[in-house]
Amino acid sequence: MAKNTLSSRFRKVDIDEYDENKFVDEQEEAAEQQGPDEAEVDSLIRQYPLREQDTLQKKKQQLIKSLNWDNMAAFHAALRNPPINTKNQAVKERAQGIVLKVLTSFRSSEIEQAVKSLDKNSVDLLMKYIYKGFEKPSDNSSAILLQWHEKAFAVGGLGSIVRVLTARKTV
Amino acid sequence: MSYYNFLLEPISCHAWNKDRTQIAICPNNHEVHIYKKEGGDKWRKIHELKEHNGQVTGIDWASESNRIVTCGTDRNAYVWTLKGNVWRPTLVLLRINRAARCVKWSPKENKFAVGSGSRLISICYFEQENDWWVCKHIKKPIRSTVLSLDWHPNNVLLAAGSCDFKCRIFSTYIKEVEEKPSPTPWGSKMPFGELMFESSGTDGWVHSICFSGSGGRVAWVSHDSTVAVATGGKNTVISSLRSETLPLLGITFITENSLVAAGHDCYPMLYVYDEGKSTVTFGGKLDIPKQNAQRGMTARERFQNLDKKASSETDKATLESVHKNSISQISILEGDKSKCSKFCTTGMDGGMTIWDVKTLASSMKDLKII
Repeated sequence: MAKNTLSSRFRKVDIDEYDENKFVDEQEEAAEQQGPDEAEVDSLIRQYPLREQDTLQKKKQQLIKSLNWDNMAAFHAALRNPPINTKNQAVKERAQGIVLKVLTSFRSSEIEQAVKSLDKNSVDLLMKYIYKGFEKPSDNSSAILLQWHEKAFAVGGLGSIVRVLTARKTV
Repeated sequence: MSYYNFLLEPISCHAWNKDRTQIAICPNNHEVHIYKKEGGDKWRKIHELKEHNGQVTGIDWASESNRIVTCGTDRNAYVWTLKGNVWRPTLVLLRINRAARCVKWSPKENKFAVGSGSRLISICYFEQENDWWVCKHIKKPIRSTVLSLDWHPNNVLLAAGSCDFKCRIFSTYIKEVEEKPSPTPWGSKMPFGELMFESSGTDGWVHSICFSGSGGRVAWVSHDSTVAVATGGKNTVISSLRSETLPLLGITFITENSLVAAGHDCYPMLYVYDEGKSTVTFGGKLDIPKQNAQRGMTARERFQNLDKKASSETDKATLESVHKNSISQISILEGDKSKCSKFCTTGMDGGMTIWDVKTLASSMKDLKII
């Protein structure tokens, strides 16, 4: 009897894994999802300060417009190819970092216009990234994310937040 | 529309009799109360059906044969028949080991289906030789609680929405009770338990499901705030709409192309399905808020709002809809699913509202019910 009670290997068994009624999500083919292309996004953001020097020339208005366009392009690039189907946490972390970088590079006045340029699926995707950003707050991220949240909520409504909560495949 | 408040507790489920003079509701406990309309806006309780040992989760009233079937969390279902002036229950053994969640009579009223937490559907029919209700199970491939059921007009196909995020259509053909059904857009071979259709793409529990009047379409609402419609055919096409509202809990067709759905937002809304473009679009809110006198805001109130809530908008703390809490069930009162003129909603505020489609269509401009 003494020998039996010494063994505590049974405590390491995860019995939920062996439950025959356990619900397992269907495995969709994990497509080659690398998350948004970091190089592309970086280059688009980097063009932002370079263009500022060009404003020394006459066509200030057009250049300011193209500044916004580059930021927008970076924004759209960051929201492409979300790593939804992979289980690789590193890819997801990288994607989150890229999106956060783009979101921080926007001025407060431009956020509303950027959100309006998105279609319904992208608004839902943006909400997912925003809530993922809330999970790990850094220095100033929460304030910026809250501004984005307000604008995205105005377009997506409570439904987009519900879809963040009920999503089986998180970004 | 007319609103009547039955009680302060949520109404778990309700069912109407054939001529819509009586309504059977479950007042959030183990009983079923039947109320009779007494002229004008008054309702009087005439029967109390007490047999269940757990909360009654589903009630359905068969119009032609005047029988009520109820199911509850005590894993039982009872079929009630009116003998004289008393409703007498007959126990139906469902052979489930979890709560029953929803029950529906088939269109010909010779069978009924019960969805339960045991991840299966019990199809029950009456066996004359033994004078007893017998049930058969549909198990595969359901993987979680069955939340909602609806029958196809051919009495054989049954749509089931469940917590494993899928909507499915099964065949419930029982050779003892009926003849072989003719082919439908959903398939032609229909042995018992055959899966004719399974949806994919939505991410939330399927709260409610509804066949169209002809049976060629099925619509469902799920917990991720989406409304989806599928049209049967060689290639079944699923069109869905991601709405900006809170999740919906009940849906029904009112014409072949228009749906009314309601849920946690406490007001019913119209959705329009276009088969050609394969889209579902939002048609409008179906609740006319009373226009309160516009109170001007004093400067002090404005500053207080700005201080407390960081917004200078007027106070929107009260719900303007008729129902003051989520609507849990919608049922058709007059007409049928291909042309409905009145429908009824009950909710968690203990109230029941009857909506008139014609009045709604005329009072709300831009509302088109095709």
